[in-house]
Amino acid sequence: MGNEKIITSRRKFLKTATALAGATIGYAWLKSSQILLFAAKPKDESLPWYGIVIDIQKCIGCGNCAKACKNENDVPLEPFYFRTWVEQYTIKNDGSVNIVSPNGGIDGFKQMAPNEDIFKSFFVPKMCNHCSKSPCTQVCPVGATFESPEGVVLIDEKYCIGCRYCVQACPYGCRFIHPVKKVANKCTLCYHRLKKGLAPACMETCPTGARMCGNLRDKNSELVKFLKEHTTMILRPHLNTGSKLYYNALSSEVR
Amino acid sequence: MKFYIPPQIPRLALAFAVFISLFLILRHFLIPETFGEYGHYRGASLIDNTRPEIHYAGQQACFKCHQDIEDKKAQDVHSDIHCETCHGPGEKHVISSKAGDILKPSGRVFCGSCHIINAGKQKSTINQIDLDKHNVGKNCIDCHNPHQPWEMKK
Amino acid sequence: MEPHYQHLYEILAHAQGYIFPNEIDLQWGILIVVYPFITGLVAGAFILASLERVFKVKILKPTYQIALLTALSFLLVATMPLISHLSQPQRAYEIMITPHSSSAMAIFGFVYLWYLAVVLLLEIWFDYRHSLVVWANEKTGIMRLVYKILTLGVNDISPRTLKWDRKLGYIITVVGIPSAFILHGYVGFIFGSLKANPWWSSPLIPIIFLFSAMVSGIALIMLVYMIVSYVRKKAIDLNVLDAIGKYLFFVLILDFTLESLDQIHRIYEAEESFEIIKLLVSGKLYLTLFVAQGLIGTIIPLITLVFLQFYKHKIRLQKTMYFIVSILVLIGVYSMRWNVVIGGQLFSKSFSGFTSFKVGLIGLDGTLMAAFWLILPIGILAFLLWLLPPWKMVKEEDE
Repeated sequence: MGNEKIITSRRKFLKTATALAGATIGYAWLKSSQILLFAAKPKDESLPWYGIVIDIQKCIGCGNCAKACKNENDVPLEPFYFRTWVEQYTIKNDGSVNIVSPNGGIDGFKQMAPNEDIFKSFFVPKMCNHCSKSPCTQVCPVGATFESPEGVVLIDEKYCIGCRYCVQACPYGCRFIHPVKKVANKCTLCYHRLKKGLAPACMETCPTGARMCGNLRDKNSELVKFLKEHTTMILRPHLNTGSKLYYNALSSEVR
Repeated sequence: MKFYIPPQIPRLALAFAVFISLFLILRHFLIPETFGEYGHYRGASLIDNTRPEIHYAGQQACFKCHQDIEDKKAQDVHSDIHCETCHGPGEKHVISSKAGDILKPSGRVFCGSCHIINAGKQKSTINQIDLDKHNVGKNCIDCHNPHQPWEMKK
Repeated sequence: MEPHYQHLYEILAHAQGYIFPNEIDLQWGILIVVYPFITGLVAGAFILASLERVFKVKILKPTYQIALLTALSFLLVATMPLISHLSQPQRAYEIMITPHSSSAMAIFGFVYLWYLAVVLLLEIWFDYRHSLVVWANEKTGIMRLVYKILTLGVNDISPRTLKWDRKLGYIITVVGIPSAFILHGYVGFIFGSLKANPWWSSPLIPIIFLFSAMVSGIALIMLVYMIVSYVRKKAIDLNVLDAIGKYLFFVLILDFTLESLDQIHRIYEAEESFEIIKLLVSGKLYLTLFVAQGLIGTIIPLITLVFLQFYKHKIRLQKTMYFIVSILVLIGVYSMRWNVVIGGQLFSKSFSGFTSFKVGLIGLDGTLMAAFWLILPIGILAFLLWLLPPWKMVKEEDE
């Protein structure tokens, strides 16, 4: 009988103690972890919210963008590391689709089939989509990649541990591990240039104006006007990445 | 009211308390200062990302000295092409003004990188030539002024 | 040319179709195949141990401590493949101080510590404490000090306190079962939650990882029990092997069913990625999927286990067959990890091409390193079995 009383009060004590401990730990955890599961909401309205448009009708596959990017951003020249690259799609009359990107398009392209066999052909530049619901940001275990207040997805090279989870998580294949720095690397929309009022290197050197970036918040910007007047599409819409890279004249063969 | 606490529990609680405190103290010293300012990342990284060197100056920088070329280019089909598209990164040259610090490219292969005929390019976007047929052996700039391509030299 | 680039040019020459330029090099190599294999062994071994403790499967009693010590040996090594795979291993501590709560990988540090400290170490401590106190009194010199430290100073071995050892151990084991599920399940979730990769992205992947983990853990304990008995020159109890074999059979059937469901569902839905995955499975993954994982790792063991339920004659043959079955199962589960991790990276996210994978021998990400992390736990287990011999423990009266 006495034993039962002891057991009950012990149980009560343990229950209360656990509850209190659990609550304290839970609160401390929540406070410090700053859960950012979903879209980065553009908090500071005075900052631009960057978006990108690529006009496939204008791209001539000259490769200047890919070359300029490597020059500007200290990317190794070997054909395994690209912050941006250009693909050529050649769809033949028999329905087969051929995709190539020799050295990312830096040295230009050779036509892959004689004119009479070609149904249609076009060039597609690829780069980081600077997603607003970025899957690469979601999976980084330490917070070494993030969406800046301007909507540019950046990498903290001093903090990245090189786990490569972000490289796996990007559906667009735009991330890689820098062979010398040994951390993740990708297109930063030339953030260091944007902050000085300069255009990203790829857009500066595109001869046909196929690439543009601008402030999605500014209704009078070239970018927003273009979006209004053209039918644009993002890559992998079913993955709900919140991609801010809008393609004009994107054909269904493109992944 | 006294109740029996098995001796294992306080000893284990002590061990865990010591370990967790050590961890929290270590964490306090290891966590970077600016972490969490704007989100789950080091706030200072935003500044780190502005530090890389500029290599392309942007054509407004070119026009500060080369107004004559600016005027010429504006009159012809290459008007929308920025200088560094062909001349390569120009920041070094803007600072030093030395001719050797910037490229002066020419040659059939170079101009062909844009103009070579390819079914992927829209004819309405760019004039295309077959390098194997169009004035073979000659340098493009023998006839075309690169800043005013339709002002043929002869 | 730098050897790293040389290696990449070779892979480039073997790439088929179109791959995104950054995809030439596989990001997660053999060490990431080894890591889920190791945590799977830990989770599986622990589940077998808890069968004895929580579900009172008495016949498995001889394997109880062996299972716990095996789990501990492998758990102690579990972090190492991850750390040696990082390209900035010296920053690994960041995962503990600023874990990103939206990242499945970030919970690793805490789940690992929870499982190590609160579940495994505590359970072993509660089970061994009585014996540790006795050994501390019996031994002399440095061993006396070691055992004294291990008792954490709790020297009370009155019946009341011993009862509490059993009660608390029971609670820990009950808590340990979902903890083991989380320890290994989160690894499956790391893959299963990646929408960018259709070979991985599926709610079934965490479950499949769990069940194959249980299969591998049970097979491992069967193997360890046989080897330890042989080394100690003690008779292997066939009833124990039959009991383990029965559990292995049922879990293997479940595992096989889940894997088949995953594939059948994929074949039936035939969504966007199906064409390239079909090529992957019938081409580069043929040997490791159908032959190693399917035939050698699943079908042959299943048939053998059924056979062993009915064939009760030559004892030596039965024991040999169990020995072989456990090895085949382990090969099969290792292949499964290979197929998931490597297979998912062999095809391009463009769904139009393949890259190729050549495992290096040396280097932090090479085969020798992986083999080392797999062999080290065996050394640790041998040490633990010497330090905490289950057969020298104080005999408790059964409840």
